[in-house]
Amino acid sequence: MIETRALSVHLTGKPVLHDVSLSLPRGKLTALVGPNGAGKSTLLTALGRLIAPASGEILLDCVPLNTIPAPELALRLSILRQEGAVGPRLTVRDLVSFGRYPHSHGRLGVTDRAEVERAIDRLDLAAFSDRYLDTLSGGQKQRAQIAMVLAQQTDVILLDEPLNNLDLAHARRVMRIARQEAEAGRTVVVVLHDLTVAAAYADHLVALKAGRVAASGRPDQVVTEPVLSDLFDTEVTVAEVGGRRVVLTL
Amino acid sequence: MRGASLILLAALALLLACLAFLSLGARGDWGFVLMFRGTRLVALITVASAVALSTMVFQTLAANRILTPAIMGFDALFLLGQSGLVFILSGVGVAMLNPYLKFGLETGVMLVAALALFGALLRRGRGISRMILTGIVFGILFRSLTQLLNRLIAPSEFSVVQSASFAQFTAIPANLTWVAAGGTVLVSAWLIAQHRRLDVMALGREAAMSLGVRYDRQARQMLAAVALLVSVSTALVGPIVFFGLLVSALTHHLARSWRHALLLPLSALVACTVLVASQTLFERVLHLQTSVAVVIEGLGGLVFLAMILRRRKS
Amino acid sequence: MSPSRLAAPAALVLLVGISAVTGVASLSGGEWWILGVSRLPRTAAALLAGAGLAVAGVIMQMLARNRFVEPSTTGTAQAAGLGLVAVTLVAPGAALWLKMAVATAAALIGTAGFLALVRRLPSRDPLLVPLTGLVYGGILGAAATFLAYERDLIQYVDVWMNGELSGVMLGRYEFLWAAGALAIAAYVFADRFTIAGMGEDTSRSLGLDYPRVVALGLVIVAGIAAVTVVTVGMIPFVGLVVPNMVARFAGENLRRTLPLVAMSGAGLVLACDILGRLIRFPYEIPVGTILGVLGALVFLWMLNARR
Repeated sequence: MIETRALSVHLTGKPVLHDVSLSLPRGKLTALVGPNGAGKSTLLTALGRLIAPASGEILLDCVPLNTIPAPELALRLSILRQEGAVGPRLTVRDLVSFGRYPHSHGRLGVTDRAEVERAIDRLDLAAFSDRYLDTLSGGQKQRAQIAMVLAQQTDVILLDEPLNNLDLAHARRVMRIARQEAEAGRTVVVVLHDLTVAAAYADHLVALKAGRVAASGRPDQVVTEPVLSDLFDTEVTVAEVGGRRVVLTL
Repeated sequence: MRGASLILLAALALLLACLAFLSLGARGDWGFVLMFRGTRLVALITVASAVALSTMVFQTLAANRILTPAIMGFDALFLLGQSGLVFILSGVGVAMLNPYLKFGLETGVMLVAALALFGALLRRGRGISRMILTGIVFGILFRSLTQLLNRLIAPSEFSVVQSASFAQFTAIPANLTWVAAGGTVLVSAWLIAQHRRLDVMALGREAAMSLGVRYDRQARQMLAAVALLVSVSTALVGPIVFFGLLVSALTHHLARSWRHALLLPLSALVACTVLVASQTLFERVLHLQTSVAVVIEGLGGLVFLAMILRRRKS
Repeated sequence: MSPSRLAAPAALVLLVGISAVTGVASLSGGEWWILGVSRLPRTAAALLAGAGLAVAGVIMQMLARNRFVEPSTTGTAQAAGLGLVAVTLVAPGAALWLKMAVATAAALIGTAGFLALVRRLPSRDPLLVPLTGLVYGGILGAAATFLAYERDLIQYVDVWMNGELSGVMLGRYEFLWAAGALAIAAYVFADRFTIAGMGEDTSRSLGLDYPRVVALGLVIVAGIAAVTVVTVGMIPFVGLVVPNMVARFAGENLRRTLPLVAMSGAGLVLACDILGRLIRFPYEIPVGTILGVLGALVFLWMLNARR
């Protein structure tokens, strides 16, 4: 469980998030939605301790995030960031193995190797696990990075736009994995652009607008025409197809 | 007329610098002083003008104010040509050659090599960073090759490498000075006469061609002129990497104009003033014999770094 | 995998053998003492400097997150030279270890300055990093030359900046073992440097103390560069050529590739030194000159080859 209290975050001196108070429960899949520049990624990055808040608090299981030692935190919280570049020339398996670093500190044991292989399989990477990342397509790289985060096996999993570059089948696969992780008792927070996907998979939606929480609640409370039209300042139609809410922007 | 007054001011500054250079600390017979210092003054002015004009014209061709012939390795290429000639013609005895003939040969080698290498590079232009970096690494390659050749030519001599590794304003070969000065005047006059054409070429290849300029041919001629000027300055004092950049930055800062009729003469005046004044300051006032080149290089390097860093903001 | 794993050590052993018998003096006349006093120390110096510089290069590439950097193109070697000139001016009679310490400190400050500069560059244009580094190194070098020129120390600067192994003898190269030790230390922390190569955010996500890894890397790089500059002079481009070649074939998971990087660096410098002894026999071409030519060619190829 991760909470924020009156959280404000600045980026290069400018306030991006104002007074955000949230509770992201364990065992649930929470989706962060909202227009471009609303502060979704910034919020996720702050939750992932990569930006220090200007004011307010972030609590992980009731303990302030910034008081938890870095090595311990890496065992409890992992984050997938949007920027794609990895850096060193690594194979897929190398990259995923580095997800085990907080556990193994480089000396992979039997469990570590098993977790690496499981993450590779879950993201359908087995066919090219020994290929170098720079020889892969954007979607394949994205899946490798998600696999690295999964291999970290943390209680809190933060994913920033995990569906970027993914085709239909793999997007569905990633969202199913996110659900499985939530159902296994983890706290999963995902920044999503596609509101239909968010409505279909998330337990809980948080809508941000201009750095503030504009709405939050179950999908049937947030994914409604008035809420979304207001959130995006444009006419939005919500249809019901096969018992699911589909957001149309026509 | 802002341009005319700028030129006048710069000419006045140069005059003062020259007077200071000739008179400060001079003792004894004026005839002797004039002959000795006068020749050196001519050499300094020749080098400064050659560096200034070659840099300004090159920047117009490259459509970029960070690139200079020296940064692209022209100076190093000249030195490599020098060593290469000695290496190839060692049987004939290049050392015995008439210095004018030798200089002519070196310049010829430089012309061919510069046109072949940099003509292609300029035309390809795949990103300015790649071009600058390629030029700098070419410079390193040429210098290393020169060292290698020098070692092969005279393996027992330890100091051959060092003497050529940076500019020396104190020991200028006097016999070459007047030939070099004459050549520089001719090439400079030709370039300045081309100022309108350069104005058009500064618009870029396509624009200039659609305005009726035979761009590629013109560019080759200009590049040849640049190579000539670099040969002159390098033969006289050795390689100067960042001086041209310093001069071009100063000139653009002062002129705020795209007109080569102003830019070319002004850059020459600025370069001469800076070089003569700093030589006077270091030699006559601070009594530091040899470090003008090093200080100018350091300053120019800082300007270069500042230009690179500032580029990201624009 | 296993034949290729044996290839590098085998090539290295062969090179050592050639190095031991290559030189002006002949070993056949019972002059075995030459082997112990000159040939083997010289061979060891080439191996140690090569391995150290290659490792320093790969660490620089991880810290700067750029494959075009290495100690001689980032101001590290020039800063070490500047420190040496400064200490020679202030205390001409200082002990060698003291000079070494000052050179290391100067290299540390110089390299940290480079990294600080690089952080301010836009990440979009990777070529700006080596460009800045070369000019930055040039300015530091000009400062060293300026100081040295006025005090007639210029020949020292030349010796420091242009690596040459012909002066290596028993008792005059042993500081280079420190470079070897630092390379081994780098291997101990190999995983951390690979992670640092993924950037600050990823490093922190994996629980790494990023500033500490950077500091550690800087100490290793500065130490190796300074020791090399003081004992045999700077050998350029080893740290650029070797890691990039190894990365092509074996990737950059340093835990796996660092031994190969070290061995290839050692082999490259030794091979170039042997070449330098043979090209103009009985005279010698400095190894720094040969690598200057070779390295610049590879650099140009890297710059302009299609990816």
